[in-house]
Amino acid sequence: MASPYSKELLLTMYRKMYLIRRFEERAGQQYGLGKIAGFCHLYIGQEATAVGAIEAIRPDDYMLSAYRDHGQPLARGADAGMVMAELFGRGTGYSKGKGGSMHIFDIEHHFYGGYGIVGGQIPLAAGMAFASRYRNEDRVTVCYFGDAAANQGAFHETLNMASKWKLPVIYICENNRYGMGTAVGRTSAVPEMYKRAVAYDMRGEPVDGMDCLKMYETVKDAAEYCRAGKGPVLLEANTYRFRGHSMADPATYRSKQEVEEERKNDPIPKIKDFALKKKLAKEEEFDVIDEEVKAQVDAAVKFADESPEPSVEELWRDTIVEPGEEDVRPRERVLGTKVKWPSYPSGKELKVTWDLEPRAQAEKEDKKAGLAR
Amino acid sequence: MAELMYREALNQALAEEMERDANVFLIGEEVGRYNGAFKVSQGLLDKFGSARIIDAPISELGFTGMAAGAAMVGLRPVVEMMTWNFAILAMDQIVNNAAKLRHMSGGQLRCPIVFRGPGGAGGRLSSQHSQALEANYAHFPGLKVIAPATPADAKGLLKAAIRDENPVVMIEGERLYAVKGEVPEGEHVVPIGKADVKREGKDVSIITWSRMYYFCEEAAQQLEKEGISVEILDLRTLRPLDEEAILATVRKTNRAVVVEEGWALAGVGASVVDIIQSKAFDELDAPVLRVTGLDVNMSYAANLENATQPDAAKIAAAVKKVLYREGA
Repeated sequence: MASPYSKELLLTMYRKMYLIRRFEERAGQQYGLGKIAGFCHLYIGQEATAVGAIEAIRPDDYMLSAYRDHGQPLARGADAGMVMAELFGRGTGYSKGKGGSMHIFDIEHHFYGGYGIVGGQIPLAAGMAFASRYRNEDRVTVCYFGDAAANQGAFHETLNMASKWKLPVIYICENNRYGMGTAVGRTSAVPEMYKRAVAYDMRGEPVDGMDCLKMYETVKDAAEYCRAGKGPVLLEANTYRFRGHSMADPATYRSKQEVEEERKNDPIPKIKDFALKKKLAKEEEFDVIDEEVKAQVDAAVKFADESPEPSVEELWRDTIVEPGEEDVRPRERVLGTKVKWPSYPSGKELKVTWDLEPRAQAEKEDKKAGLAR
Repeated sequence: MAELMYREALNQALAEEMERDANVFLIGEEVGRYNGAFKVSQGLLDKFGSARIIDAPISELGFTGMAAGAAMVGLRPVVEMMTWNFAILAMDQIVNNAAKLRHMSGGQLRCPIVFRGPGGAGGRLSSQHSQALEANYAHFPGLKVIAPATPADAKGLLKAAIRDENPVVMIEGERLYAVKGEVPEGEHVVPIGKADVKREGKDVSIITWSRMYYFCEEAAQQLEKEGISVEILDLRTLRPLDEEAILATVRKTNRAVVVEEGWALAGVGASVVDIIQSKAFDELDAPVLRVTGLDVNMSYAANLENATQPDAAKIAAAVKKVLYREGA
């Protein structure tokens, strides 16, 4: 049977997943060398959940994540050198070294950040989706969080509002089976996170997060559903991190056999095998990609290593916006690349046509209930 | 000039700003069909519709974070906290997200949002509903904190807050909503960060904000009869503090009393005293005194509630003490 996927798509997915893998391996190594400090949560094993989703949505759709946040911006087009520089705490990083590993922001590519408080980004995503509806734009917002975040109040409070107001947001719970060192079943009454959507009358479904194409199909479908105004979607991407929670975690709470077993499920060889089997690409083409990506990551490390630390005056910048102050455009600032920056309609151009609670309907319901308005 | 209640002044500011800029919306508990728990949003639902006046579920953290997300992509939300006591549940979103977005993104993002609602003690509401919490927010870089005392300042500061590119915490006086005062019509914007001399005097400066201003005024009137001339500086903005105005009044009178509704320890008043002693020590003729809420939780019993709070008598006594008058 012929592949429903183009060669271009498969190679792009492979390249992006391979880039994340190599980048993270080098980040782990640089952490070991003391070049990277703080927390450094690697994404190794989970690449398919980022790449599958990103290929399924538009480049101008909003996206945000938690603290395991190097993979998504890379897949969206962020400069690998500038992400690495951020991990190194250098002035050429995306946040000038002020955010570090847990707070990668690349607004040019509509990546609205990594957040360090478990579940704290979930309401923000609903707000971004709210803004899309408010302005009558057909953007969706994709929000990543971990299985442990699904036990936070922020998750439940937000799903209730998102569903009630039919906000175009796709929540992707990356269930990698451990909230830090605690297996999900030990702390969750319902460990199948997608089932929680039922409580909020919203669409929820599980997806194989180790399979990039399944992620792609599921998110594509979810995005159409959201854009059609049908409301939010909760996806549970069942995935696995091959490494510990962060670089500080040797992951002794799980067995070697378990990790070995899961490694057989590696999403990167999987997509390569698929393309080879469908005769869409030759082995040599993958070798070329591998070499290009390795060179890209080498260059990223070199760029980070050679970049200066931020100047001490930077301490006093970027806390309060001064009147008339422009936003900082990192790639423009660091690489001199002209970038397209998101712009929002001014209050005069904007016409709000949306009704959260249509008046006629509300009045009818009130009348029926014998209530005055 | 029209005489308006504090709540009407706020309502007018909201309506005018929503008229001016369609990016502005209001979200909170009971702000729509109920017309506001304290009637600040009276009539706004009829005027602007349910997409812009949003009745939120009782999920403070959820809707506060949602509003912050909307601000990240260009809207200008006003979040009404039914009281600041409930906003404690939303504190993570205010201080860990809104206040830090610009910094963590290295200047890429902005979060123009106003968190507003009533704060302060009193009304026989006991411990959980009766506390002045502004010090909590004044502590965080990335936030601006305002606390107006008069209807005119309430209108002008709210308009400035909505236009500000930063997250602004606005603590309104729960007991001030029915206070009346002259309020300029239309374009009346009070700049954030500027204190106001509410009463000119020459013997001693009282530095205060929000509801305490009225107790200070009462004390000043009593003291005037005893021949003591009091200057009252209303800070209006608690972050950033108007250092220049604080130092100017102290240099004029050489004596100061700082009056604060909240608790003494780690209060905003402590920072005011720090500014005075480190930058105008040589100008002082007496140690600066503070009058604050007592270091206890609020009681329900009327006499205990009253005893917990600053009042005109306590303020007058402190003024006499810094003047070394007998009886203090």
